[in-house]
Formats: sequence, C-alpha cells, structure tokens
Amino acid sequence: MSEAALARPRQTRQRKQWPESWVAAAFVAPAALIIVLIVLVPLGRALWMSLFNIQLTRPGVEPFVGLGNYIDQLASGNFWGSVGRALFFTVVSTALELLLGLALALLMDQPLRGRWLLRTIIILPWALPTIVNALMWRWIDNAEYGSLNALLTQTGIIGHYQPWLSNSDTAMWMVILADVWKLTPLVAVLLLAGLQSVDREVVEVARVDGAGSWQTFRLILLPLITPVILIVLVLRTMEAFKVFDLIWIMTHGGPANSTQSVAIYAYQTAYQGFDFGRGAALGYLIALVIMVLAAVYLRLLGRVGQT
Amino acid sequence: MSTRYGRPGVLRALAASLAALIVVSVAGCGTTTSSGGEVTLKTIWMKQAGYSETEIQAMTDAFTAANPNIKVDLEFVQYEALHDKIVQAQINGDGLYDTVLMDTPWPAEFADAQIASDITDKIPADFKSGVFDSAFTAASYKGKIWGVPWINDTKFFFYNKKMLAAAGITTAPKTWDDVLAAAQAVKDKGIVEFPLVWSWVQAEAVICDWAEIAGVMGGADFIDDQGNATFNTGGGLAALEFMKKTVDDGLTNPASLGFTEVDVNNTIAAGQAAMGLNWTFGYNVLNDKANSTVAGDIAVVAAPGTASTPTAGVNGGMSIAVTTKSKHPAEALKLALWMASQPMQEKYDANTFPMWKASFENTTLTSVNPEFWAAASSAFAGLVARPIVPYYTKLSSALQVAIQEALKGTKTPKEALDEVAAELPTLSK
Repeated sequence: MSEAALARPRQTRQRKQWPESWVAAAFVAPAALIIVLIVLVPLGRALWMSLFNIQLTRPGVEPFVGLGNYIDQLASGNFWGSVGRALFFTVVSTALELLLGLALALLMDQPLRGRWLLRTIIILPWALPTIVNALMWRWIDNAEYGSLNALLTQTGIIGHYQPWLSNSDTAMWMVILADVWKLTPLVAVLLLAGLQSVDREVVEVARVDGAGSWQTFRLILLPLITPVILIVLVLRTMEAFKVFDLIWIMTHGGPANSTQSVAIYAYQTAYQGFDFGRGAALGYLIALVIMVLAAVYLRLLGRVGQT
Repeated sequence: MSTRYGRPGVLRALAASLAALIVVSVAGCGTTTSSGGEVTLKTIWMKQAGYSETEIQAMTDAFTAANPNIKVDLEFVQYEALHDKIVQAQINGDGLYDTVLMDTPWPAEFADAQIASDITDKIPADFKSGVFDSAFTAASYKGKIWGVPWINDTKFFFYNKKMLAAAGITTAPKTWDDVLAAAQAVKDKGIVEFPLVWSWVQAEAVICDWAEIAGVMGGADFIDDQGNATFNTGGGLAALEFMKKTVDDGLTNPASLGFTEVDVNNTIAAGQAAMGLNWTFGYNVLNDKANSTVAGDIAVVAAPGTASTPTAGVNGGMSIAVTTKSKHPAEALKLALWMASQPMQEKYDANTFPMWKASFENTTLTSVNPEFWAAASSAFAGLVARPIVPYYTKLSSALQVAIQEALKGTKTPKEALDEVAAELPTLSK
C-alpha cells in the first residue's frame, strides 16, 4: 500500500437513516390507504349521494335536493314505523336474552357434575350460523307442517294449527324467539365470565353473615357483575337494532311490514326501489341512532367505572 | 434511543405494499376475448317456472348448432333476484348482458332506464301476426315493443274434483260467486277446514292474484292516462273486497298471507285445500304421484269470471329484451327470435304453453291434455296487465303491504288502497 493511500483519511460509507416515525408511517400506510378507500371514501360518497335524488333506473337525472331526503324520511310514517319495530325487537330480545342468559350463567357457575357437558350443550345454538338458525325456525313455525304447531296441538295448548309467520300479530314474536334461542348462550357465556371473576371470599363472608341465596345474588353478585351486564347490553342493543338477516330469511319483513326493521326498510329503499339518495340518507339516520345509543351506554359505563 | 432504518429498506417496504395493493385492486377483474369473428352472447334467465334450465340449454345448443359463430353464455338466477341483478348489471359500467329476461311489469322501467332497446321495427311480420296479441302486452310500453315475447303464462284455476263432488258439485266453478259457494259447501261438509289457498305473501305473487280477480270485477285499469290511481275505485277495490270476504268467511287458509305459489301447490297436493290459483307449472306438480297425494283428482280451467266477464288471466308472460349496451344487438335479437320461434315453443311445451295461435290448432299437441289446452286458449285471449309505470317496483311494494293490511283487517280495503293512491306522487318521484 502506498504512503499516499495510507495518508488519506479512511472513508466510511454512511447510509442515510430514516427516522423511526417515517418507517412506522410507511408500514401503516397500506392499511390506512385501504381504510380510506373502503371505509372513508364510501362514507363520504354516501353522504354526498344523500343530498341528491339519485334513482338508479333514471340515469343522468340526479337533481340536488339538499337535506330533502332526510326531511322526507323524518316525515315518513314508514321510517318511524320501521324504527319502532326495530326498537321493539331490540328491547324485547335483549331483555329476554339478559334474563335467560343470567339464569343460565348462574347454573353453569354451580359446581355440578358434568358441568363441561352442560356448558357445551348450552353454547351449541350460538355456534349455528344465523342463516341456518333462521331457516330452521322458519320450518319450525310453518303453518302446515311446523313442529311448533304439532307440539302445541298435541299438548292441548292450542286447538288448531296457527300461521305463526303469516299473522302480523305473531310474526315479530316468532322472530324474537329465534333470536333469543340463538343469542342467549352468548350472553350467558359473557355473564359467566363476569361471575367467575367475582372474589369467592366475598360471597363466603356474606353467607357466614347470614345472607340467603337471593340476598347474596342481589346485594353481592349483581353489583359486582354490573359492568359486564352493561357491556353485554351495549353489544346486543347495537346488533339487535341493525337486525336484517334473521328477519329477511324468516319473513322478508312481512306480513304487512309487521317485521320490517329499519335495516330492512333501508335495504328495500336503496336496493329494491333503487332509490340511492333516500337509501343513503337512511343509512346515515340509522348510524345516528346507533351513535346516540352508544353514547348513552358509554356514559353509563363511565359512571359504573367511577363507582 | 430510536431505531433507524436504511432508506432502501423503507423503499422496499413501500414498493412491496404498493405492489400488494395493486394486486388486490386488480384481482377479480376479468377480460373477455373473441377470435375469428366468433361472438359470445351473455344472457340471463330464471331458474323456476316457465322453461326449465335443461330446456333453455337445449334451445341455445340448437341455436349455436345452427349459428356456429354465435356462442351463448347462460346465467340462471332465482326470479326474486332477476330484476335487481339486471338493473345493477346494466346500469353500472358497460353492462354485462346482451339479452335479459323481462317480466311483464318491467318494460316501462327498462325502457326509461335505457336497459332494453326498442325493437318495434325489427320484429318480423309473421311473428307479429302469428302469436297471441296479448303476448305483446308483456313487452310493450308507450306503443313500442321492448322485448321478444317468449313465455305466455297466466294463473289458472285448479280444483280438486273429488272434494267438490263430495260436496255435491260436479261442474267447474264458472264465476267467483260459484267459487265462494263451492268453498262453503266443502267447508260445511267438513272435507277440509280451509277450502281456498292463495299465494298472498308480501311479494309479487299477491299482486298477480289481485290483478287477475280485478280483471273480471270492473277491469284492471289501475292507472289512468294522466298517471292518477284508479285501482282504489274500480276492479282493484272490488277484487280486494272479494279477497277479504273469503278470509272473513273462514274459507281462505289464513296461512295464505305467508304463502308463495309453491306453498299453494304443497297445500293442495297434501289434500289440505280444494281450490287455488297457480301458474302452468302447478299442473304437473299437482298431478305428480311422487309428490302429490291428490294426483289424478286435480282439474284445471281458466280463472273464474263474473256474470258479465267470463274470465281474465293476469299476464305472467316474459319477454327477451336486447340490451342497449349489447355490442352484438343483431345476434342477440336473432337468439331471442330463435327462442320464441314456433318450432322451439312446440318442442318444449311440457311446462309452458306456446304463444303461437297455430299451436292451439295442432291436435298432435292439444290431444295430450285437451282440457288444459282449452283453458289456456281462452285465458290467453284476454290477458290483463299489472300497472305499467316506470316506478312499478315501488308501487308493487306499497300495494303488497296495503293488500295485506286489508286482508288482516287493520284497514278497510278502501282505506288501504286510498293510502297507496295518495302516495303515488312520492312513489313516482
């Protein structure tokens, strides 16, 4: 090696470095881009569409109507009727699921022999896909050969076969029954998790102090699992209010719209009437109702957390 | 201490991500190619009623054999999905289909939405004169023809001869009053609890029954030329009042409000009803010994009438429309005319009557079942259409609910129909 070479300062190749935050952004970018493309862009587009009278079967004629679509719906008896039915379905099915789920959770929490088998059997309905559940109940409720009619007539509870799903007085109750049958196990499992997180010593102390079973449940267990109950309420209320598939398969919203939930009303407006302007406005109105429900529940949860 | 990464690494990560995005975004996009002057027609049909999938396949196979340069892609969907699939496919983008199957109430909508093309001047003269005039009501709007009539169908009156004979009735009911009397006699004898069964589910089926009855009870002119409702005053109102009476008198199976045409078949086939309206396909189902306990006992006639109007049948026909977006309209029309040709219709007459007048004079065909051919001949001569308006889907949905409310008794027939009439300005917006 020559002296000149030795005299030259050693050059180390310095690779340019990127800050960590840039790298993180690069990795997050694809996911963010996908969210923008498949969530935010359609949301923005739907908001834009809701301000126009867009009928798919009238191409090229899309007048701006401002808030007209929203005002039309808010003044429409059909909209409020479907909201009322969705709320009825939500309140009744959630209340029944909560009551039955709590009873099942208490049963599964007992130190019974074969408890694993009991838990497995109870969870089975939840494992069924909604479409299978709906088809199964449509068959059970069939007016001519359904097993519900066979059971009730053979036990003398009713005298004649009843058209359960064709009668506007009973159709909604049949839909609620199908929903309760499938989703009570989910509620029961969540509540069971809550029950099992309760410190057993607290329960034992109450019993030593002379509290009976009902008092132990009401004064000790129930307050301790209230946060779990509220979480279950949040989950079930929002899901139930959006109910679509179960009703669509069992009754298509009939007879005489007696089971038409707000989600079915929106679907029929947008995709059967091809009225995309009003359909988009309905979508936003449904989202608004759910946001209000969520805000109320989150406030309740916050209060419970503080106490 | 913050970790630092080399620029090439970041660029590679970005490039990989973009590549993945591009792959995801183009996945599923397909292309169609044609070569050597060969044309492939994309067509859509329905699965149930009318011609079977096998028959349609055989007809198009014969077409391709006669026209080797024209291939035909067949797509079959349920009737309930047919309208929505066609509208979405044809209005968005370039349009998917060269021909679409068009039900009777759709020509107005398909014409205004520029889905179907006007073929008024392209229908051959011998075709126009050869088929029943009423067949064209399934494809007409504003005096123009938007599809080649293909299926001629209506709802016939099926009755159980044995049950009626047991109630002392030996001739077919000729009027709807005769039907009421026969049903009452069957009920009084305890032969079945509910002698009448209908497809009055909240769907198009209930509109068909209502329109058919309206046709003989004052006419089925549901909307006047100015676009005002007339269904709440004339035949439409009388028909709904008649339907309600059968419910109130305990003659109609209350489950009818949830029944489709298939349920009507099943109920009659199980011997649980004596009479009902149904499409042509009902005959084979009800007389199939494998599936029907009353096979051989079922007779069929044209729908009953009144003292002044002997019969009316709802037009349940369908036509084949050539789409405006078809790149091969001449070939598409050729296919449609082939499917509707007299030889094809006479060859495949097991589930669908031909719409050619001459076919009804052909004793080789009619001798197989003269009773049914006679019923079809008189029914096809006077078909009535459902309301022909571009907003038919919305109107039909509103009428379905109104009819069910009246049948349930929550509103009177007049109130229920008046409410829909008042809604017309909104529905047509």
